[in-house]
Amino acid sequence: MLELNVKKKLNNFTLEINCSLDSNRIGILGGSGAGKSMILKMIAGIEKPDSGYIKLDGKLLFDSQKNIDIKPQDRHIGYCFQNYALFPHLSVYENIIIGLDNKSKSLADEFLEKFGLTQIKDAKPNRISGGQAARVAMARILIRKPKVLLFDEAFSALDIYLRDHIQEEIASILKDFEGSAIFVSHSRDEIYRLCESMIVIERGRITNLGNTKEIFKNPETKNAAILTGCKNISDIRYIDENTLEALDWGVSFKFSETLPKGLSSVGIRAHDFHPVWGKSEGNIFDFRLKSKAKLPFEDNYYIKTGGGQDITWLVQREMKELIEKKGLPDFLKVDENDILLLK
Amino acid sequence: MNNVLAHLDWSPFFITLKIGLFSTIICFFLGVGLAYVSLYMNKRIMAVFDSILTLPMVLPPTVVGFFLLLIFSRRRPVGMFLYGHFHIKIVQSFVGCVIAAFIIAFPLMYKNAKSAFLQLDKNLIYAGRTLGLSEFKIFFKIVCPIASPSLFSGAILSFARAIGEYGATSMLAGNISGKTSTISQQIAILVQNQNYLEAGIWVAVVLFIAFLIMLLMEYIQR
Repeated sequence: MLELNVKKKLNNFTLEINCSLDSNRIGILGGSGAGKSMILKMIAGIEKPDSGYIKLDGKLLFDSQKNIDIKPQDRHIGYCFQNYALFPHLSVYENIIIGLDNKSKSLADEFLEKFGLTQIKDAKPNRISGGQAARVAMARILIRKPKVLLFDEAFSALDIYLRDHIQEEIASILKDFEGSAIFVSHSRDEIYRLCESMIVIERGRITNLGNTKEIFKNPETKNAAILTGCKNISDIRYIDENTLEALDWGVSFKFSETLPKGLSSVGIRAHDFHPVWGKSEGNIFDFRLKSKAKLPFEDNYYIKTGGGQDITWLVQREMKELIEKKGLPDFLKVDENDILLLK
Repeated sequence: MNNVLAHLDWSPFFITLKIGLFSTIICFFLGVGLAYVSLYMNKRIMAVFDSILTLPMVLPPTVVGFFLLLIFSRRRPVGMFLYGHFHIKIVQSFVGCVIAAFIIAFPLMYKNAKSAFLQLDKNLIYAGRTLGLSEFKIFFKIVCPIASPSLFSGAILSFARAIGEYGATSMLAGNISGKTSTISQQIAILVQNQNYLEAGIWVAVVLFIAFLIMLLMEYIQR
């Protein structure tokens, strides 16, 4: 449960966020420098909004009109920093107990054990691995029994294997966690996996807000399409109420239903093209191969279009076998439901 | 030579050491404190603040001495007040030596402390806050320990600068034997009197101290 209505002037733009989310697993997706971290820091009380209010799980944390600004020390928020912000001069054990009163220090052994840190409890942070550092950070936060958890690009420095494991651990921790958890990330996988609802921001403003799966399915804005991983985006112009011309690709798309007004572009996800051998019609591209990139488990084909901009076609395993058998296709076809209509 | 050594007045050595010690202690606490406070100022005020505090580093020490004389002379308000109410004499006194050395050495401490604080990862301070640590605890348990190598080198450098002080000290405190006569001032007087042997002994002492200080710096920076 998050209610945000804040304004803050930043170097290049003014952050202006106004939203209310009922879910307690929230993702904030945005490109670099879009203001994601700033939102989290304002929720934690590390940064102060110029004006507005912040309400989290029913508790008013900040309100410029009522002159309320609860100190970060008293917000009971666990904040996981991008680089974990472990104190370099303290051991793992000392890092974990630093925020505790004497009474709670007896919890330390239990938490060290739970996070697999007993062996390295006397090591300094520069002597432990990235995965261990992530666990120390989590232990240090959770031992204080926070009411809210904030993750600020928390796992972006880990390699893919470790990141996957840590995300799984976080997911299981969150199962038993009743308060809100908010994730800031530019990793769509992380948000898709851990967050029920999400907001997408661009230059300090919300472009999308809602259910995570819905937004991934239908991003509605160009910003959200790019951030959710859409590789092919083109500007458009209306030909009639059922037809659009994709200017960057030099093709027209026909739709069976009347198109909404005010669209600015369309997007097609790289795996949504279907190869056609022989004749075809409908929403199709001529198959003019420019180049091909071999990835470990799939291939990327780059196709020249009439509009000057290439499109990317992601070819997965079964399709790869099909192409090996039948040769390169003559056309690529797109189902009209797979064309993302973007504002 | 033996004869000279036997009859040498060692008071400049102890006076210099005492000045170094006292001024360094003041430099350390004031430098660390003001550097930390300055972090919370807005950028423009901070620039002015920094410039004023580090001005003695680029001013000729005699100019600093001139200003100190202006301020603390017993014929002027501040000097008059200190002498009238507390019977403290700054001009031509040991306290004057310490003040002159302190003003000249302060920028070194301030600059070192400041750059150490600026280099500190801000997220560590933020992490301290979200972990419920008071600002007091954050400063003493996180900021100071992490910055300590720079703080100690700042202290050592200002000690070195303080014991070598000549210009401002000679103007404010003069060269009174056994009271304000420091090694630097002693060397100048001896050379003026063409007593190169005794001057040479003091030069050797200074070289030895300087070497010890550089050795200590190396050790800290490891």
